[in-house]
Amino acid sequence: MDFTNFLHMKEELSLIAVMVILLLYDVFGSTRSQRHFQLIACILFGLHTIINILPHEASEAFGGMYVYKPMLTIVKSILNIGTLIVFMQAHTWLESEKTVIRRGEFYFLTLSTLLGMYFMMSAGNFLLFFIGLETASIPMAALAAFDKYKRKSAEAGAKYILSAVFASALSLYGISLIYGTTGTLYFDDVASKVTGNPLQIMAFVFFVVGMFFKISLVPFHLWTADVYEGAPTSVTSYLSVISKGSAVFVLMTLLMKVFPNIATEWKAILYGITIVTITIANLFAIRQKNLKRFLAFSSISQAGYIMLGVISANALGMTSLVYYVLVYMASNLGAFGVISVIEQKTGKVMMDDYNGLYKTHPYLSMAMTFSLFSLAGIPPFAGFFSKFFIFAAAASQGYYLLVLIALLNTVISLYYYLLVVKAMFINPSDEPLAPFRSDNYTRISLVVCIAGVLLLGIFSVIYQQISLFSFGM
Amino acid sequence: MEYTLFILLLPLLTFFGLGLFGPKMKPCVAGIIGTVSLAIAAALAYFTAWDYFSAPRVDDVYATVVPFHVEWLHFTDKLHIDLGILLDPISVMMLVVITTVSLMVHIYSMGYMKGERGFQRYYAFLSLFSFSMLGLVVATNIFQTYIFWELVGVSSYLLIGFYYTKPEAVAASKKAFIVTRFADLGFLIGILLLSYFTKTFSFELLTSGDHSIFADAAGVTFLGGSVISWAVALVFIGCAGKSAMFPLHIWLPDAMEGPTPVSALIHAATMVVAGVYLVARLFPVYYFEAPEVLVMVAVVGAFTSLYAAVVACVQTDIKRVLAFSTISQIGFMMVALGVSGMEGHAGLGYMASMFHLFTHAMFKALLFLGAGAIIHAVHSNEMSHMGGLRRKMPITHITFLIACLAIAGIPPFSGFFSKDEILAACFEFSPVMGWTMSFIAALTAFYMFRLYYNIFWGKPAQHEHEPHEAPANMTVPLIVLAAITCIAGFIPFGHFITADGISYNIHLDWQVAGTSIVIACIAIGVATGMYRTGTSPVPGRLAERFRGVHTAAYHRFYIDEFYQFVTHKLIFGGISRPIAWFDRHVIDGAMNGLAWVAQKTSYAIRSLQSGQIQQYAFVFLLGTLIILVLVLYV
Repeated sequence: MDFTNFLHMKEELSLIAVMVILLLYDVFGSTRSQRHFQLIACILFGLHTIINILPHEASEAFGGMYVYKPMLTIVKSILNIGTLIVFMQAHTWLESEKTVIRRGEFYFLTLSTLLGMYFMMSAGNFLLFFIGLETASIPMAALAAFDKYKRKSAEAGAKYILSAVFASALSLYGISLIYGTTGTLYFDDVASKVTGNPLQIMAFVFFVVGMFFKISLVPFHLWTADVYEGAPTSVTSYLSVISKGSAVFVLMTLLMKVFPNIATEWKAILYGITIVTITIANLFAIRQKNLKRFLAFSSISQAGYIMLGVISANALGMTSLVYYVLVYMASNLGAFGVISVIEQKTGKVMMDDYNGLYKTHPYLSMAMTFSLFSLAGIPPFAGFFSKFFIFAAAASQGYYLLVLIALLNTVISLYYYLLVVKAMFINPSDEPLAPFRSDNYTRISLVVCIAGVLLLGIFSVIYQQISLFSFGM
Repeated sequence: MEYTLFILLLPLLTFFGLGLFGPKMKPCVAGIIGTVSLAIAAALAYFTAWDYFSAPRVDDVYATVVPFHVEWLHFTDKLHIDLGILLDPISVMMLVVITTVSLMVHIYSMGYMKGERGFQRYYAFLSLFSFSMLGLVVATNIFQTYIFWELVGVSSYLLIGFYYTKPEAVAASKKAFIVTRFADLGFLIGILLLSYFTKTFSFELLTSGDHSIFADAAGVTFLGGSVISWAVALVFIGCAGKSAMFPLHIWLPDAMEGPTPVSALIHAATMVVAGVYLVARLFPVYYFEAPEVLVMVAVVGAFTSLYAAVVACVQTDIKRVLAFSTISQIGFMMVALGVSGMEGHAGLGYMASMFHLFTHAMFKALLFLGAGAIIHAVHSNEMSHMGGLRRKMPITHITFLIACLAIAGIPPFSGFFSKDEILAACFEFSPVMGWTMSFIAALTAFYMFRLYYNIFWGKPAQHEHEPHEAPANMTVPLIVLAAITCIAGFIPFGHFITADGISYNIHLDWQVAGTSIVIACIAIGVATGMYRTGTSPVPGRLAERFRGVHTAAYHRFYIDEFYQFVTHKLIFGGISRPIAWFDRHVIDGAMNGLAWVAQKTSYAIRSLQSGQIQQYAFVFLLGTLIILVLVLYV
């Protein structure tokens, strides 16, 4: 075996190194030496992020099983930064009495799913892809059930694993049919052998619904709200941002690279799915009172907007998709950060509990407002620009009706985002949440998110940088 | 001459200072700050003029100086917007005119506006206006002119609406702003056309007399006119709006709702002549590239002048009389430009126009400030509430009389000299134009003396308080302006400002001058007969005899009513109302409908999210199969 092949997998290897160090430290380190476990974990992971932030030459390893493109570094870096923010927001929760002895697990499980996503994105073959997919899914179920003594958390874990297994089974069935009709599992070979006969289309549909499940597009989204609500908030934010972000990127590359011959079919499927997703998610979001459920539906509709980038299937679509994921990450993690810290300190997650929040927590209210405005796509926040680019990408391909429907839906979404803002600033409350001091980790993470929300849109250099690499895809 | 920049910066800083900290100051402190800063600016302007005109001539022409210049916005190498200061004879003259009148108004307002609410705000706005007007005249390029053009529009709007609790003032300020903005639309299109074809905004390049920069426009025509003609005609529409030329004059009489010193500064001496100034600034372009537009300028000017003079004869509000007189006099200046040629004696009209601009600014400011003193004394604008004031207000009486003689064209007052040059230029252009303008000059003498006699002679009206002379800070500006009016006519104006820049010796054409003096004297005599005693039955009988004309003139020939009809009935009723209906019912209705549908549907589909994993899996599978069927069979 040629071990130089491993050298192409720098990002995965460095992540595995971080995981192993943390695992050993968690198992063998004394209690005393583990006092700063989280700080060290964050520093290690931060180092991993920094050393892998620069793209290198495109390459292949293991006979095309593993493929590297510079664009992957961009996406992986975005995911890394997002994960780091999640870690910082999880700090207080993990230091609490019940979870403190299991904090090592949290890091190991989270990084395992991230490793799965890395492989999923870098795969050049359906087998590696599927292994990555499962590596990303199974630890996720454990994470969802992390607060296992809470009934809802356990329920979330169970629902996630059952749904995921169901989706994986269908996906795997699809992959086996693809193998049956083309005789290969390598992406490049499959691409040339897909002719669009009914069996292949059936194989494709079975395969792709597995991805739709990961991205939680309607009607494969039903698990989302229950899992988001039940899982610990940090897990929910990880699930909604990192997991989803990697899945949409993979979906777009697969559709463009492996199934270009049946583009008409998958564009038609996406067209319908996008409309249904945005609309239904918005309709459900209107009625939610629990903020975690509310953000679950909001994230489903955001996934629908992202599909506009996928459907345009060109470099512009890819650029706007990655940019959208980046902006969505900053905005959503900003919102989840606020929810997380308030849940930690007071245990409140209902919208009514936020009435009059501005009086006692002006900074948290402003952070939440900025994040929600960005999610709603109000200028000058970054969300406006990301929506603008992604709509422009779809419109440039002639999907005017689709863009129109998406635009109408942004009006509805504005309504429910503003409901939260109204609760915080306008609704009177006899007893607003008591003031408390949030920890420094949360503060730093929120500052980073809000800086992202305010600056990502204005500094066009970021978009240009992403655009530079998109054309290689 | 770098210090010229401070002439602009001082009022600007004063504006910010008074705008931000004014409310915390004592009113009189704010007034003193404003006045002192403007006095320094005026001193600098006089220095500039001295420096500029004492510099040696090059080829018998005063060189153009650009003491300050920055590139403000850089789009491409060809398209950039600059800000700067351009000194040439007319801009230097305007600096002197503006700072002088503005300084007088600043001093005068200390008395006139004493005790008014918002005294500090008033001075802040005055500073803003002075800054904008000064920036306008020294602009190096037409885009800078446009920026300051709008700024003077805004400051004029703010000052007309100074008494914002008075509905008429608010309406007048809106009217002034909208009418001039409407004209500025033409101006902007004109600028864009001009710069598109010449590839420059710069006045120096445009007026260099170099025909090659217009080469791109050669052969481009629209509706029979060359594109440059259209461009400068559109620019002239902007000028007509600012300078209240017919039919865009309707805002100026209403603008008299503002404080009287503001009327003196903005609506008599400076801003309203900006249009004349801009035509003069672009004169070579008009003369060489679009002579037919220059004829249009002359015709519009003459018609406006006649119309305003007729209307002025029957108005009873003294400020309205002065407003129409201003319109009429600006018409004179436009006519002079329109009939002017370029070189030597042929360029007489240009010189006369600038000369009249200068003298008119002084004596018309004097008239307005005098009117302000009278209004201050009798608390009314109506002539019928005045009469017999000559003994009670001697200083105002004498200075007002000087100004009336000046505007009527009686030597040796300044108006005689400048108006005489205009008439001479008109006679040279065509006898018809000459006699028309002479007739208007007679009307001018008549209505001014009608005004004068009605105020100072005749039957004294009953007053609650006995009218008395204004305080010193109001009479001193009157005396200064009256002194200028007495001597300004002897300035060898042709030595400083001519169309081609080459020195020209003014020589009175006694045939024209004699005629105009005789005409003016006759007109004054008629006015004396009719109005001196205030008991003559002639005016009433004449009004009865020519009732139709009299009523129409009193109502300004129903131009305002016509606009009212067009805007309210045709535009509001025919266009705006359907749009409003569409907005209210279709757009809002669609939005409300969207909200209603969203609510209902959201309620209807809630059972989908049951929490049961079996059902989730079922929907999942069902969804997969539906997609499959749809893709395969549709």
